[in-house]
Amino acid sequence: MTRVIKLSAANEEFTRRINELTNDMITLCEQCGICSTSCPVAEEMDIPPSEIMRLVQLGDEYVLETKAIWVCASCYTCTVRCPRGVDLSKVTEALRQIKLRTNMNYLDIDHIDPEELRNLPAIALVSAMRKYTG
Amino acid sequence: MKKYPYYPGCTLKQFPEKFGTPSVESARAVGLEMVEIPRWNCCGAVSSLTADDLMHHVAPIRNLVRIQEMNQEGLVNDEYRLVVFCSMCYNVLKRSNLLVKENSETLKTINEFMDREQDYEANVEVVHFLEIIRDMGFHRLEDMVKKPLKGLKIAVYYGCNLLRPKEVGIDDPEAPTIMEKFVEALGGEVADNPLKSLCCGSYHTVGGNKEIVADRAYAIINAARKAGADLMITACPLCAFNLDDRQKLTKEIHPDFKQMPVLYFTQLMAVALGIEDKAGLSENYVDARPLLKEKGLLD
Amino acid sequence: MAEKKKPKIGVYVCHCGGNISDTVYVDQVADYAEKLPDVSLVRSISHMCSEEGQKAIIEDIENEHLDRVVVAACSPQFQGETFKKAAAKAGLNPYMIDMANIREQSAWPHFEDRQKATEKAKLLTKMAVERMEEAEPAQAEKIPIGKSVLVIGAGIAGIQASLDLADAGFEVHLVEEKPAIGGHMAQLSRTFPTNDCASCILSPKMADVMEHPGIHLYRYSEIEEISGTVGDFQVKIKEKPTYVDAEACTACNQCTEVCPVIVPDEHDMGLTLRKAIYLPSAIAIPHAHVLDENACLGLEPLACGKCAEVCHVNAINYDQKPKEIDVKADTIIVATGYDIFDARLKPQYGYAKFENVLNALELERILVHMGEGKMIKKLGKRIAFVQCVGSRDAQVGNLYCSRICCMYATKLALMLKHMDASRDIYMFYTDLRAYGKGFEEYYRRAQEMGIKFVRGRPGELRENPDNKKIIVKVEDTLTRNILEGEFDQVVLSVGLRPSEGTIEIAEKLKLPRGPDGFLQEAHAKFKPLDTAVEGVFIAGTAQGPKDIPDSVAQASGAAARAIRLMNRGEFELSPVKAAIDPGLCDGCGMCVEACPANAIAMMGGMAAVNTPSCKGCGACISSCHADAIDLKVFTNAKIMEEIEAALEDKKPGENRIILFADDMCTYRLADGVGTAKMTYSPDVLIIRVPSSARATPEMMARAFELGADGIMLGECEPAVSPFPGTGQVIGKQVEQLKSMLDKAGIEKERVLFSQYVTVMFSRFVNETNRMSDITRKLGNIPEEKRKKLARIAKEEKEAMQ
Repeated sequence: MTRVIKLSAANEEFTRRINELTNDMITLCEQCGICSTSCPVAEEMDIPPSEIMRLVQLGDEYVLETKAIWVCASCYTCTVRCPRGVDLSKVTEALRQIKLRTNMNYLDIDHIDPEELRNLPAIALVSAMRKYTG
Repeated sequence: MKKYPYYPGCTLKQFPEKFGTPSVESARAVGLEMVEIPRWNCCGAVSSLTADDLMHHVAPIRNLVRIQEMNQEGLVNDEYRLVVFCSMCYNVLKRSNLLVKENSETLKTINEFMDREQDYEANVEVVHFLEIIRDMGFHRLEDMVKKPLKGLKIAVYYGCNLLRPKEVGIDDPEAPTIMEKFVEALGGEVADNPLKSLCCGSYHTVGGNKEIVADRAYAIINAARKAGADLMITACPLCAFNLDDRQKLTKEIHPDFKQMPVLYFTQLMAVALGIEDKAGLSENYVDARPLLKEKGLLD
Repeated sequence: MAEKKKPKIGVYVCHCGGNISDTVYVDQVADYAEKLPDVSLVRSISHMCSEEGQKAIIEDIENEHLDRVVVAACSPQFQGETFKKAAAKAGLNPYMIDMANIREQSAWPHFEDRQKATEKAKLLTKMAVERMEEAEPAQAEKIPIGKSVLVIGAGIAGIQASLDLADAGFEVHLVEEKPAIGGHMAQLSRTFPTNDCASCILSPKMADVMEHPGIHLYRYSEIEEISGTVGDFQVKIKEKPTYVDAEACTACNQCTEVCPVIVPDEHDMGLTLRKAIYLPSAIAIPHAHVLDENACLGLEPLACGKCAEVCHVNAINYDQKPKEIDVKADTIIVATGYDIFDARLKPQYGYAKFENVLNALELERILVHMGEGKMIKKLGKRIAFVQCVGSRDAQVGNLYCSRICCMYATKLALMLKHMDASRDIYMFYTDLRAYGKGFEEYYRRAQEMGIKFVRGRPGELRENPDNKKIIVKVEDTLTRNILEGEFDQVVLSVGLRPSEGTIEIAEKLKLPRGPDGFLQEAHAKFKPLDTAVEGVFIAGTAQGPKDIPDSVAQASGAAARAIRLMNRGEFELSPVKAAIDPGLCDGCGMCVEACPANAIAMMGGMAAVNTPSCKGCGACISSCHADAIDLKVFTNAKIMEEIEAALEDKKPGENRIILFADDMCTYRLADGVGTAKMTYSPDVLIIRVPSSARATPEMMARAFELGADGIMLGECEPAVSPFPGTGQVIGKQVEQLKSMLDKAGIEKERVLFSQYVTVMFSRFVNETNRMSDITRKLGNIPEEKRKKLARIAKEEKEAMQ
């Protein structure tokens, strides 16, 4: 279904908030697509990394409802390759934080298999909880 | 022996046989004594990327204060380089360190918050153990090798945190060579894996998306095998878990998957330096011992 | 020194048809002017620039014997020339007439407060009148100039410029570093959008160059040294030995056949091999063999000698030596061209690692050989082009677009498709730049031919280890899908970089380069082929990426610029030049070091200014402990007089800030701000200088001593500055001043140095307002501190002797 995004002041507010959280020049992204093809988990995402950036540029809060921002593995490959010098990993983190700071958790800690928990190294648990819990 | 402040991080301590001990003992075998910093705390594993978050930088910076104390108390002698073996700890500590080195306001705020600690003076340098070896000279490492890894074709795996982003990386993220030089110094032959810095899936190993890790492991190890590798090494305990322990899941999802031993880099270093009893080879999921015995590297 | 005659100054106050008089009370200004010292007459006229106004000036000069004129009107940038010409008609030296800018600097920015605007207008008029008391007639020095041009680089731009100049009767010395001329164009297969065969259209031009009696070609040559200035450049050329007599050589190729040495052929980008003795290319001009002594087994002692044995015209001579040739040139054209971006700097694309990843020049060579029936590399059916390699890329530090790659890739794609219609060709682009004549139509043809354009930039290329084909994964940004495909070859559309030769020549000639690394033009809009160095012009890709028609146009343009300078046999220098009084100079040489344009040299134990090289910035003046240097037209006396005029009637409580504004940028910026009717503090009084380096620490200290509350200095940003290196000089002078202020207990915030470009309106307003706020809060500097500053300045001066 083709979406219609209404351009309004509310959109600018969202983009401005992301700008604040990242100190990043989001307006510089020219949508070349290098981030999408560099991303190791792009195929697991519902929208490609470049679209995450595009929706932020348009101020479309729909991006907060995507799976993509949680599939990101913070590998920084996009950051290292962006020809405009934009840091997409920071933008994606900001989007996660906006959701997590509403006191929600993406990771359901209570329902991890106890056997798993025993075998998982601390580094895995700490990093997962830092990224996925608010 | 030269003493260095050393930050182990959680996983080197949680699984000492395959991570912590081979690291400390290999270092000792080449004349470097790792002095564990007292009262260290968890670094946080991932670097906080939001501009307004200072709280998550407190833990890493608090660790760096310890190095100042170590120097003051004579535990190390005028040594402000902190040696780290875990790639993720390296990335987190270095990033937070750079942040406060570049922003005196941020440093001030954090120092004020940590009112029970002495002020951090932004004088510590966070280095990865591989950088210490590089500074020492790979030829000197080569001189100390007791069992050159002849006949062993090794694929190196960097993962993400050792190379990216550029201001933190220990080498060029697009064409790194430091781990290859390390392998060659140990007498091994490098198999060039094109996927050597493709992310292993990282924290997806927790929770409901584990197959992301399994798929990544599948691709990375297959590419290594295609390049002729018998064995893979890595510097990050999380990558080690994802590429070693998770091979069980990978096999479940991809029945055609053929296993390959994946060792932590200091495990291999211990073998080459003749201290295989410290290498913890019994702890890996995929046993490397048959392969190493075959190549005559184990007694 | 003869006693100075008492000046007779005429002051003309312009109403500017209301533009001034609606805000400034012009009658008050006129009355005020009448009471100024040495003012003979004052007139108040509606439009000074009109016939009536100009007539008044001319008649008054003639009848009233005025020897100086001040026109209180608009900006000298606006009508300065008009009044200079009017004065000249009456026989008055053009440097004896000046303007007080009471429109752009008073009536317009201060329109909200008529009283303040009028007070400022009076003050500006006073400053103009009093500085004109120190004015002296100045003559523009004429220097003779001949008809000899050095053209560096014999690519298409150098060739075109040389032909234009030689046809116009000028003598051309054309220097080329390679053994053959033609540059990169000689390597191309076809050219877009006409699909002309590059070598076919280039060859006649190259032949013309060889045959033209007016062109001396030095091929296989290097420029060792260039010194001197316009009208008198001394050039040392080293012609390397080719060991072959080009006149005798018949290009029969016998020598090549017997030569035992094989090396990669650089003309073919290393895809083919050549011998140590070789013909540079099939179309090489001069058409003669060359012996590459670095590849040869050895000449001293002679290791092989086979080539000379078989040469039946005895053209080979192992005893040839490099030739040192001295040439004098009046002007220089730099046409040193480009190098392509080294794709190894993007390891993720696998260039030089994967055998099926090529760069565009390699493909050009493959196609040229295919056209002659030779396959130097087999090409498959599925071929992809990756655009923007090394351009528009912050990760390799090249932010600019290389302009021609979209088109050359389209051309290469079309050629491949023409050769074999079953080919499947993709172009992965970021934007498609088809801006030129025939370009959009060319792109359309490519689409009609079925070439597939995908908007997406690949992050990396992988090699399939089984068949060595290249796997490309790219996001089709227009549908948000990831496309994956295997290609027989991938061609990297590499961008352009300034060539090694360009960088070397820029250093030798002290030519500034822009932030993108290419040679910087003197003025981006109006002087695109001139450089900061008088007499040196640029053309072609050395100035920036461009295609062949643009290079040719620039070449003809540069030739015209050179001809313009040389055609009359003499040309005029601006009289604003440094001058050293030999009676005071003690030969310490500090000014030689200090000059950022290297225009001062020691001659016979004294320092002497090379007037043509001198840029007139005044940076040298503060370096002289003997007060031996002055800047003509903007003399020490004139500037000091203006500073005194600005401050001597200041009452306690009043706030006055002196802004030294460089003519090129800051002065124009202030004019722009005024014209836009943006307001800023009327506390700011502008003193116009060629460069703010003119404001010596001594002068600035004196200004504070006389009561200035703040001092601002404005200079061009380095990228647009006509004066190389003044930024650093001013920085040092400001530091010196601040250190004196510190010692005197005066706040350092009273000084600000900023570098501007003419569009920074808001910044100008903010900075002047902020300085006004700061100085008002700090209040006037108390007398004891001002006296202390004077003492400290005196001590520092004495320490210098």
